[in-house]
Amino acid sequence: MICAPPESGRTDTAPAVAVGIEDLCKNFGSLAVLKHVTFDVKPGEIFVLMGPSGSGKSVLLRHIVGLEAPTSGRVVVGGLDATDEQTREKVRMGLVFQAGALFNSLSVYDNLALYPREHHIGGEAEIRQKVHHALQILSLENAAAKLPSELSGGMRKRVAIARALVMEPQLLLYDEPTSELDPVMAATISEIIASVKAQYKVTSLVVSHDRDLALNISDRVGILFNGELISVGPPADLRHPANPVVADFLNPRIDIEHPRFKKLEAS
Amino acid sequence: MNQLNSIFAGVGSTVQLLLRAAAHVPSLPRQRARFFEQCYLIGYTTLPIVAILMFSVGAVLALQSGYAMAEYGAKDFIGSLVGLSMARELGPMMVAILVAGRVGSAIAAELASMKVYQEVDALETMDISPARILVLPRLAAILFMMPVLVMIANLVGWFGGAIVSRFVGMISISSDEYFAALRGSVKIHDVADGLAKGEVFGFVVVLVCCNIGLNTRGGPREIGASVTRAVVVSLVMILVLDYFVTKLLLATST
Repeated sequence: MICAPPESGRTDTAPAVAVGIEDLCKNFGSLAVLKHVTFDVKPGEIFVLMGPSGSGKSVLLRHIVGLEAPTSGRVVVGGLDATDEQTREKVRMGLVFQAGALFNSLSVYDNLALYPREHHIGGEAEIRQKVHHALQILSLENAAAKLPSELSGGMRKRVAIARALVMEPQLLLYDEPTSELDPVMAATISEIIASVKAQYKVTSLVVSHDRDLALNISDRVGILFNGELISVGPPADLRHPANPVVADFLNPRIDIEHPRFKKLEAS
Repeated sequence: MNQLNSIFAGVGSTVQLLLRAAAHVPSLPRQRARFFEQCYLIGYTTLPIVAILMFSVGAVLALQSGYAMAEYGAKDFIGSLVGLSMARELGPMMVAILVAGRVGSAIAAELASMKVYQEVDALETMDISPARILVLPRLAAILFMMPVLVMIANLVGWFGGAIVSRFVGMISISSDEYFAALRGSVKIHDVADGLAKGEVFGFVVVLVCCNIGLNTRGGPREIGASVTRAVVVSLVMILVLDYFVTKLLLATST
């Protein structure tokens, strides 16, 4: 496993970090959500984690940012244990929540400016410049004064990404960035993820079940199924998957004669 | 057994929250804007209802005691009775109950919805402590505003008593006599005891409501449940603390 050295200071040139998931298990009560998941994300790569709904993808992300603690196993971010509170101070991580998780009482501008203001990074003029730059990348300049409740679903997602960008993160985590969006907006978000990686040299971990996103912008793709990681490899492998479960997940055929739910009822 | 466990868990997490907020006290000067905003929400917007309630409490107290005391020719003591019961007990108690219902419920609802809609998680991933920016300004604001509210409550209550004593035919003692009796028996330390009680109640109410809000899990229904819980727990805390704080204050003053 490759691990970048931990960052002590918050400098603008902080390098991308590696993420290591080592034999991670998570149980909620008697329900095993993650079962012995092991993989690593190299610094600066885009790793897409795919899988059906309820396969434990979002829970895995919450482990990486330290919002959940593993039942067993370890999550390492930039060489530091993710459960350690200091990891968040030393490694700048941006998580783009599925629903945005924007601060509803603050305007879009203040949502973006909160991180630099609270961490005293730069003066108000410098912050304004950073925020406007992030808004510009995501073509949101006209939304700066709006409240999150006045935005459409696609705009909220973009604001959430912009808010993560202002942090100048070393690791960017996206939770279903293209779900609930129209195909063009979904493609736009994929392009944004790829260009953000190119521009900021950030490690990106994308949780998604968007096949186009995985095939077009990822360096590697992992597939999580019922809490188990059943395949990891470059996106080219996904065009002709060997595993029938993966094949069915990636290219589901709509079969009206033999529908899946009927098969479930029969078994 | 489960309920006992959840009570202990609640106490534990409340104390933890207090310690985490206390660790950020040095950041308070930088959070002036949030502090003043909370002072406005907690203090200023609560004033009208405090004034209305305390006026009527003072008035009814004078009426009831006047009715009872007139028979024994003890009308002169109405000022003392209203004055002392306002300053020592009813002022801080009633304000605390209003704060629980008006401010505590709003705090619990706001923090619970922030938690449920992942805003609190977002703060944590951004390495911004919720205890620092959500809890600390509210605790500081209640400490600052509670004495003001209790003092205004006392004054309005005394005034309500004076008006009833003056204008109700059965009692009809002049305001001079009423306030002379009041001044004669209400000492500075009585008022100070009341303010201290109010300070304790207000602080505990805000802390408890913040903690219950931040520990909400689930959806809209749980937000509602948290608000109810926050108000109920606050009221119980006020009643329990009232006895012990009063006992402590009486012990230290003698």
